[in-house]
Amino acid sequence: MSEFTFLFRGSDGSASPEQMQQTMKKWLAWFKELGDKGHIKYPGHPLQRTGKVVSGIQKVVHDGPYAEAKDVVNGFTLINAKDLSQAVELSKGCPILEAGGSVEVRPVQIMDM
Amino acid sequence: MDPSEHLFRRESGRLVAALTRVFGVHNLALAEDVVQHAFCRAMEVWKFRGVPENPSAWLMATAKNRALDVLRRQHAARSFAPELGRLLDSEWTLAPAVEELLAPNALKDNLLRMMFSCCHPALAQESQVALILNILCGFSVSEVGSAFVSGHAAIEKRIQRAKKVLAQSKHLFDVALPSDFSARLPAVHRALYLLFNEGYHGASAAHAVRIELCREAIRLVTILLEHPAGTTSKSYALSALMHLNAARLPARVDGAGNLITLFHQDRSLWNRELMLEGFRFLELSATGHEVTEYHIEAAIAAAHSTALRAEDTDWKVIVALYDTLMQIHPSPVVALNRAIAVAQDQGPARGIAEIEAIEDRDRLADYPFYPAALGELELRRGQRDLARDHFQAARSLARNPMERRFLDQRIGACSK
Repeated sequence: MSEFTFLFRGSDGSASPEQMQQTMKKWLAWFKELGDKGHIKYPGHPLQRTGKVVSGIQKVVHDGPYAEAKDVVNGFTLINAKDLSQAVELSKGCPILEAGGSVEVRPVQIMDM
Repeated sequence: MDPSEHLFRRESGRLVAALTRVFGVHNLALAEDVVQHAFCRAMEVWKFRGVPENPSAWLMATAKNRALDVLRRQHAARSFAPELGRLLDSEWTLAPAVEELLAPNALKDNLLRMMFSCCHPALAQESQVALILNILCGFSVSEVGSAFVSGHAAIEKRIQRAKKVLAQSKHLFDVALPSDFSARLPAVHRALYLLFNEGYHGASAAHAVRIELCREAIRLVTILLEHPAGTTSKSYALSALMHLNAARLPARVDGAGNLITLFHQDRSLWNRELMLEGFRFLELSATGHEVTEYHIEAAIAAAHSTALRAEDTDWKVIVALYDTLMQIHPSPVVALNRAIAVAQDQGPARGIAEIEAIEDRDRLADYPFYPAALGELELRRGQRDLARDHFQAARSLARNPMERRFLDQRIGACSK
């Protein structure tokens, strides 16, 4: 088993309360399925939309993280999967894709000492 | 844990009603923003961390924090609820005041205030209903639009205009003043009645939407009946008619989404529980000397409920009830229903004569069930060609696929 992070981008958009509940239901179902199959290493957290980016030797502080809402990472989850291709398959069930968002699948570097 | 069905929609009404008390009715849009924000937060957090034990309390706490934030940041720039007044000037008084207005025991009162506020006399009845659906029932503008069939743009404009009137009313309706309460109560009854009817007889294609509208009407009339001043004989009658009619909903549409008339419904599908509730409310409504249209309509529904088979229906009683209804609340639709009952009792020819005698039947010109009723009676007395013409006229007026399918089937029956 290897570890992967799912980085979620894009929003579920503005919707009516009923649509929001439907979207959330899909997320809960997706998480449950991943969990039941032992793929969830750590459920992760949502990230707030605001924040700062500190950069360079000068330690310049910018409002951030990005200007475009669709580029902002708004949550992460740690996943157990056999390999990258399985992790990618798992990510395809994410409801954020239906709303035009994206999931970035990144293998976690584990140091074998 | 899976949140209960329609939790967000229900909570939306509660939260907006509560926050409007804090912000003032002129800041309705602000209250809606804060609620939207709370839902977004809930979505984000719950999807990762699961739904909390008490989702309603979680939402309220999140909305409350946001509200306090807004009050602190904007109290110099905006005016809020007049009740808050100087309480806003100090943190010592602000937090407890907000706490009190948003407390669980204030919830029903808040909903009731909003319900009465939506029935503002400056608003047309349809606008009142649209406003109730949007604010209290948490349907978005486009969801309200699809419930009413009228175009999205028309509904959007209507709701926006209605909200402007509401915002300009300066105060939320005060349900604590008995004389104001009873003065506005008839308008509230009417709006809830129309809301129920939109679900029961309305033109929305989706059966599920219509059931939801009926449920919402029952939920709101129940809240009304929990307030001492709301427990009038008329409120009980309204609740009775809703329960008794809603009991028949499960039999009204078959598995394929086809409309089934009262005569052909599988009566074993009628919901006994709702029916018993309906009879209980009907009994409670029988006090005082006021007999309203709601009493009569509830009695008609009860007369249908007690017939185990369609042929057991006591049509004489039903005709007599329609006669009374025509006296206290005449309308061409009531007259049409009365004529159908007369036809059941005395044969199709009498029924057709009654329909032709309806004074203002030009007002039924767009109503598909007017020609459909004529078609049914002509068919029954063997005039197939006349019947077909009527059903075809009805079909051209049909408002959704379900009605069209039903009328196609009736047109087919004329050739058999």
